[in-house]
Amino acid sequence: MKKVYATASEALEGLLHDGMFIAAGGFGLCGIPELLIAAIRDAGTKDLTVASNNCGVDDFGLGILLQTRQIKKMISSYVGENAEFMRQYLSGELELEFNPQGTLAERMRAGGCGIPGFYTKTGVGTVIAEGKEVKTFDGEDYILERGIVADLSIVKAWKADDTGNLVFRKTARNFNPPAAMCGKVCVAEVEEIVPRGSLDPDMIHLPGIYVHRIVQGQHEKRIEQRTTRKKETA
Amino acid sequence: MAWDRNQMAARAAQELEDGMYVNLGIGIPTLVANYVGDKDITLQSENGMLGMGPFPFEGEEDPDLINAGKQTITELNRTAYFDSATSFGMIRGGKIAAAILGAMEVAENGDLANWMIPGKLVKGMGGAMDLVAGVGRVIVVMDHTNKAGESKVLRECTLPLTGKGVVDRIITNLGVLDVVEGGLKIVETAEGVTEEELRAATEATIVG
Repeated sequence: MKKVYATASEALEGLLHDGMFIAAGGFGLCGIPELLIAAIRDAGTKDLTVASNNCGVDDFGLGILLQTRQIKKMISSYVGENAEFMRQYLSGELELEFNPQGTLAERMRAGGCGIPGFYTKTGVGTVIAEGKEVKTFDGEDYILERGIVADLSIVKAWKADDTGNLVFRKTARNFNPPAAMCGKVCVAEVEEIVPRGSLDPDMIHLPGIYVHRIVQGQHEKRIEQRTTRKKETA
Repeated sequence: MAWDRNQMAARAAQELEDGMYVNLGIGIPTLVANYVGDKDITLQSENGMLGMGPFPFEGEEDPDLINAGKQTITELNRTAYFDSATSFGMIRGGKIAAAILGAMEVAENGDLANWMIPGKLVKGMGGAMDLVAGVGRVIVVMDHTNKAGESKVLRECTLPLTGKGVVDRIITNLGVLDVVEGGLKIVETAEGVTEEELRAATEATIVG
């Protein structure tokens, strides 16, 4: 069972095909699989459907796959901060399926857990409910949402061991665990691969059963909105 | 005279009680954190954090630590991190006591529109639909009228909804209104604003 690969491109070898469905972790530019995204750009795989909360910015994250027109459809909750996204969407070049953020996260989690659908209050009475089954439980309406199973998941973690156990750091965890769970195959990029036995088994965020391939690399980790406060001088 | 942004935020902070877990939206709601005083409030950031701290000092920004508005923030000694599915599990599951959110329109039946203007820039609902459907209490903080001077407190929303019948209380620059049977009830008026002025600026039915 060899899970560790030398480069992002090698880690994706044999997994990419045109028209495939990819689930990606990350929130904004935080915790995004930036190396795997770049490797998909280099591979030129096209007509992709990508489930990801956001679509990066124009020149970073999933935004670079928009520049190369490799994405056919996005499933996202928020696509601001990306002018090229807007342009392609408004001109009809790009399909977009808006999912409420929690619905998207739960669709991924459910798909990974063998749950094909679930009922939620989120979106009842809005455009999100159009065409979806409504069921009443205890006097309240809920809509049916489907679990997501992706051909491939791409995620980013802080540390991994060579069996694929993952540890995330701070809010960079976000969509990465549910995205990882919903893929038929999951490739994780990490900042550090540590020796087997050095991760505390009680502190594993995502067990290696969900992670099929791992690659270590250098991450730019760009900040989208740099907000600070001044130190009060005594 | 009416409340300014900070006064609206201070008024909204009065809605929070000791021990509450709360989610604050972007804009004026974010300012509410400045006015909680001695109350023990835990802020949730729906990207996966409870116990959100203030902005970092210059030079101490961490790209792995942001809020739902993608801004760099800090952690506190009570902070817990979790994934997005867990985060929205606690939202959908009613564990978050209140959400304080901005709005484009609110209707007298509690309908809320704050995510989309058809034909204009469409950015997405983010977590707003999940929040309004799941949290215990939804408090809207917004200007009473739009830039054209038209009421944002309406009989019916004209924009696509974020949630149907979800708003409990509306705090605007002119006062505070509750969604009740048959319409809105005036709770109080802003300093220097008369009830007549508040009524005149409101398209929605005011009862009581």
